[in-house]
Amino acid sequence: MALLKNDIDFMSPRKRRLTGIISTVMLVVAILSLAINRFEFGLDFTSGTLIEVGYTEPVNPEVIRQQLIDAGYEEAVVVQFGSDQDLLVRLPVEEGEDEAMNNEVASLGDEVLALLQSTSDTPVEMRRSEFVGPKVGAELAERGGLALLVALGIVMLYVAVRFQYKFGIASVAALAHDVIVVLGVISLFRLTFDLTVLAALLAVIGYSLNDTIVVFDRARENFRIMRSTDPEHILNTTLNQVISRTFVTSLTTLMALAAMLVMGGEAIRGFAVSLIVGVTVGTYTSLHISCNFLMYLGITKEDLAVPIKEGEELDPMP
Amino acid sequence: MLNKFPLWKNILVLLVISLAVLFAVPNLFPDDPAIQISHENNPITEVDLGMATDALRAADVEYFGEEVTDIGALIRFPDLEQQLRGKAVIEQTLPDGYIIALNLAATTPQWLQGMGATKMNLGLDLQGGVHFLMEVDMETALRRRMENILSTIRQELRSERIRSRSLELVGESEIELRFTDEESRSQARSIIRDGYTDLQVQARESGGEYLLQLTMLPASIQQMEMDTIRANQTTIRNRVDSLGVSEPIVQQQGPNRIVVELPGVQDTAQAKRILQRIATLQFHLEANAGAPSTSYEVYDYQGQSIRVDNDVILQGDRISNVRSALDQYGQPQVVINLDAQGGQQFNRITRENIGRPMDILLIETRTRTVLEEDADGNMVERQETYEERRLISHAVIRAALGREFVITGLSGQEANDLSLLIRSGALAAPMYFIEERTVGPSLGAENIAQGAGAVLLGYLLVMSFMLYYYRLFGLAANLALMINIVLLVAIMSIIGATLTLPGIFGIVLTIGMAVDANVLIFTRIREEIVSGLSPQNAISSGFDRAFSTIVDANLTTFLVAMVLFTVGTGPVKGFAVTLMVGIMTSMFSAIMVTRFIVNIIYGGRAVKKLSIGPFIKAA
Repeated sequence: MALLKNDIDFMSPRKRRLTGIISTVMLVVAILSLAINRFEFGLDFTSGTLIEVGYTEPVNPEVIRQQLIDAGYEEAVVVQFGSDQDLLVRLPVEEGEDEAMNNEVASLGDEVLALLQSTSDTPVEMRRSEFVGPKVGAELAERGGLALLVALGIVMLYVAVRFQYKFGIASVAALAHDVIVVLGVISLFRLTFDLTVLAALLAVIGYSLNDTIVVFDRARENFRIMRSTDPEHILNTTLNQVISRTFVTSLTTLMALAAMLVMGGEAIRGFAVSLIVGVTVGTYTSLHISCNFLMYLGITKEDLAVPIKEGEELDPMP
Repeated sequence: MLNKFPLWKNILVLLVISLAVLFAVPNLFPDDPAIQISHENNPITEVDLGMATDALRAADVEYFGEEVTDIGALIRFPDLEQQLRGKAVIEQTLPDGYIIALNLAATTPQWLQGMGATKMNLGLDLQGGVHFLMEVDMETALRRRMENILSTIRQELRSERIRSRSLELVGESEIELRFTDEESRSQARSIIRDGYTDLQVQARESGGEYLLQLTMLPASIQQMEMDTIRANQTTIRNRVDSLGVSEPIVQQQGPNRIVVELPGVQDTAQAKRILQRIATLQFHLEANAGAPSTSYEVYDYQGQSIRVDNDVILQGDRISNVRSALDQYGQPQVVINLDAQGGQQFNRITRENIGRPMDILLIETRTRTVLEEDADGNMVERQETYEERRLISHAVIRAALGREFVITGLSGQEANDLSLLIRSGALAAPMYFIEERTVGPSLGAENIAQGAGAVLLGYLLVMSFMLYYYRLFGLAANLALMINIVLLVAIMSIIGATLTLPGIFGIVLTIGMAVDANVLIFTRIREEIVSGLSPQNAISSGFDRAFSTIVDANLTTFLVAMVLFTVGTGPVKGFAVTLMVGIMTSMFSAIMVTRFIVNIIYGGRAVKKLSIGPFIKAA
């Protein structure tokens, strides 16, 4: 029945100590990286101007940067994007321009593009041009943070109502664990944190939750039908029952994500990587962390007692 | 236990699948590049179309399928190059006032279109184009309004001979009047109370001076903001038309922002210049009979030819407020307020011209593309700007008019339109670009290719794995997955959702996660067999027992996707949409469709062994 021949003892004190250490290390590294490295925030949150241009032959970013500096754009950042023929130029919003709204800031991208086109012998194609004003940047950041909190809150509420409050706390703890680790990876590897990465984070919450719910669903069923009163034993049986499904689903999801990473090109990399990390960590969490949390919270058979007749319990259909 | 669906369930599944196929199919028909011709005021006729096609033939531009539809004339072209050339040719042929827009014409068969089956909308990141977010500067609008009020109050106090120490604007939007004695103040106060109902008046004493502080009532500010944003929206819509964009979006967002989306536009600098341009308004008198033909111009007004005198009697910037309202008999009218100087000027002129019609012209600067030969003899496109003047009101002066006058004899709709047009010419508030996202056409096409590649590769990987791991059951899941994608596309098309690049990746993610429900079911079936159930019972019990888990797991993911949809913007919203739709369709396909297929394979007969993978032996 299981992918693996023998049952695994997920809940032994030794295992629990081990996973406890692994998670602690991951969380500490993630938090340290968040504190030291911070984020490489994308244009969506920092505000400013960004243009992606395509040349017909390889081009040296340094040369272009020098041209821009000579033209008075001292703060221009020029990097290769995807290939050596594509460049990404970023310009920050200058100090003092925060308050004074004016349309000159907004036309910076057009000016830079015109400059690049006039200094190049070969055609320069505008592939993408973005401008995010300071107000919008701040708003997007605020709404993004709010989205994460609201999502976690709603999830906790749903699980608490549908299962039991201990499950609610455990599932949110597991989610917070996953989100922090993914954020740590984004910060550690200096991936650009933009709106799509934020979307990926929320998708990670959705996925990891999906995983945790499947475990909890089975745990609830087992707490009700198994004769044993030992939560450790019940939870361990549960995990062994769901491990095969957890692996298979994670595998198919990772396959789809790998396809995205391979085929999706540069713009979607941050999104795909965040999700891959999230799904991997989410799988680990749902097998090792969420049930441990239930144990810490002292889950008992009584917590899930159903106040209806015995006969009903044989059929878990709602 | 024979695992057969009741007849109605079979019919339901088949019905849903065939409807899904029907509504997804339009997405397979590639669009024709086309040009859509419309006119600002008049419907397009066969004559207009004939003029355009004659010119196209003369210029050797290939075209086909020309027709006159409800929304104007449509001409199709074999490729994008012919389409661009065609646009330039038609622009030169047809006179001003025609709107010539690049368009994509559907090639979906008529009977499908008749059923309302259309394509998914593509986001700007897939088809290329510009997205602007503009903020209307309400503070400036309010300050201007207060400045206007201040100047009229100043004049009124002067004419009433009420002495004041100082009258000035303090802060952003507060008028402060200082008087040396209480009597002057109370006189001023009564004038203001009678004439300025929008204002809130507060009296105060300070250092022997008697003060009046005037602020705008909150309700009036709100009304002004609503009027202003509507006027600005009208202005933008007018400008956008001159850009020749098919299916532009101009939408209010929040109290003071306007979203503008222009598919296919690449020259953002030009688009910005045009959107920023300010329209102007002029008041003229009608030319006298027998006036020399050089002293007037003829304009069309509701089918009549009106001769408008060249002299400007009043510029639009003298207007301080305009609104449509009902008079005491319930008749619609447009109420126009002028500032102090404008009121004087207007009074002098109208007094001498009672009985003569007065005209209001709205002047917009527009841009058109012209084809020219350059030094090397190549045809190049050049942008040319020109003024477009429109007669928006023609009314007879009934009396000497002053600071406030009305235009009557309009229907309710006309009054609304006229006040909006006057506002757009005279009172549009400054606007700022606070966000811009432009995607070039090549990147758009690349995004589509990458997205399609990811969907295909993801699907192949997942499908091979399922087939290997679950054998015949895997095949059932794969078929269900295929139907799932058709369903997803169909629903996206029906609800008119916009597909974005993140949206496509939402589909990829859905493919990966959609099989989860099948995995849950199949794992349960395996368990049931191990615990000794017969194959038929195992199938039935596996589906039943996995059901509540599937619902729980998907419902929570759906909630998270909803949060994403609510707070997300633009492309991220697209991701949330496909995720939400994908969750719903995958639940249907995994539970109903897979069961349907499994029933066809195993249902209704004695089965000894299930082909559900190599990892167990059937009991």
